[in-house]
Amino acid sequence: MNVRLYLWQRGTAALMAPLVLIHVAVVFYATRQGLSAADILGRTRGSVAWGLFYTAFVAAAAIHAGIGLRTILAEWTPLGARGAALTATAFALLLAGLGARAVIAVVMP
Amino acid sequence: MSAAPTIAARRSARGPRAYRRNALWLAAMVHRVSGLGLAIFLPFHFLVLALSLRGEAALDGFLRWTDAPAVKLAEGGLVFLLVVHLLGGLRVLLVENLDWRANQTRAALAAGAVAALVAFAFLVRVL
Amino acid sequence: MTEAAAGDLSVSIWRGGEDGSFTTYRVPARASQTVLDVVTHVQRHIDPTLSYRFACRVGMCGSCAMTVNGRPRWTCRTHVSKVAEGGKLEIAPLANLPVIKDLAADMSPFFEKWQAAGGAFAPTLTRADPVEPIRPSEPDRVVADAGIECINCGVCYAGCDTVRWNADYVGPAALNRAWTLMNDRRDGAQRERLAAVAADGGCHACHSHQTCQDFCPQSLSPTGAISGLKRMATRAYLRGELKP
Repeated sequence: MNVRLYLWQRGTAALMAPLVLIHVAVVFYATRQGLSAADILGRTRGSVAWGLFYTAFVAAAAIHAGIGLRTILAEWTPLGARGAALTATAFALLLAGLGARAVIAVVMP
Repeated sequence: MSAAPTIAARRSARGPRAYRRNALWLAAMVHRVSGLGLAIFLPFHFLVLALSLRGEAALDGFLRWTDAPAVKLAEGGLVFLLVVHLLGGLRVLLVENLDWRANQTRAALAAGAVAALVAFAFLVRVL
Repeated sequence: MTEAAAGDLSVSIWRGGEDGSFTTYRVPARASQTVLDVVTHVQRHIDPTLSYRFACRVGMCGSCAMTVNGRPRWTCRTHVSKVAEGGKLEIAPLANLPVIKDLAADMSPFFEKWQAAGGAFAPTLTRADPVEPIRPSEPDRVVADAGIECINCGVCYAGCDTVRWNADYVGPAALNRAWTLMNDRRDGAQRERLAAVAADGGCHACHSHQTCQDFCPQSLSPTGAISGLKRMATRAYLRGELKP
């Protein structure tokens, strides 16, 4: 971890703190009478606000989890610094790709 | 002085590294393992949401599977991981940026307790 | 002979190098006995080949730190009555450092990292210049003074999880030293030192487990010093003054 990665990881953490609170609130709201696709998609489809919310959330989570995973792999596995960085970058890209696809799936009208 | 100070026993060990953890080590482990758990869960979360690309029915089909109490229990676990990682992370941000270092063991304990309460409330709601 | 008699301590001491083992000795318990007294008793009266390190015996030199019942401690100021559990002591060399022999750990990595983190003061004046007056009440000086009582004993380094997991991490003591120098306005190597502590293995590798401030025999807070460095380096990076 150097100053650049630190700034990105703590920065995305600070950004996600309110996002996670909102997300947990939505989880409680959405489960008030069982999850249903109509309920979820009715809320998100065509909504610019939810689109921006989830886009920011996915981007921050991918960066945050990628840097965290890099640290864990470097400290706890024999991958080495380079192996850890490559694996973590691949994982972050996977999260960003799958996350973007999920956002498109629930937000696009 | 008492004589005959003897070698009473000899035993081998894994090494001289026997090490006792302090309380905040556990908090750090909870933070790390919860983050790892969330990172492993996220790709599946995204894949499920993307089922709606194939229409509402595809997503609904999966959501019916999640109605099983065992799945709801697992979801309660995920709520715990999310909240405990959020609160543990906030604690680290405060240590690093606001020089708040007193009572950290208590703060970490409170974070775990709040996360457990939120997860319990979730389970009460869905079970 | 395996049970310690009443009034005796059962003391397991690490013998040998990395692949050594614990040997248990019976040592008479005494009033106000320190762990260093126990080790000294074993060497003087039981086995003169026992190797260990000490100098001042009064908590100033920082050379007698060992692992006592699983926790790094300065042995000269650690009373047996405070740490012995059921009359038992287990004494090992400091963790996170190579073992030379018995209780003597190789401190080289500790001091090499101290240097790597910019631990040397870089003077801005020569001996021909007048002494620069520094008031103890100056805010920078207050911050520096909070960390300068470090005796380089290595207890924080031996207790640090991040050091254990990350061979590149310079450790709490080196960063605490760097922080005191970053707050010393007589120092002339501020930019170089900040770059050193902001690199991989520097202050940002710390996970704030706070074991260092928990274990520090001088009651310093390396965690606080490291947090200060993190903020200072992050600000410098945001201003474009640091290129990691």
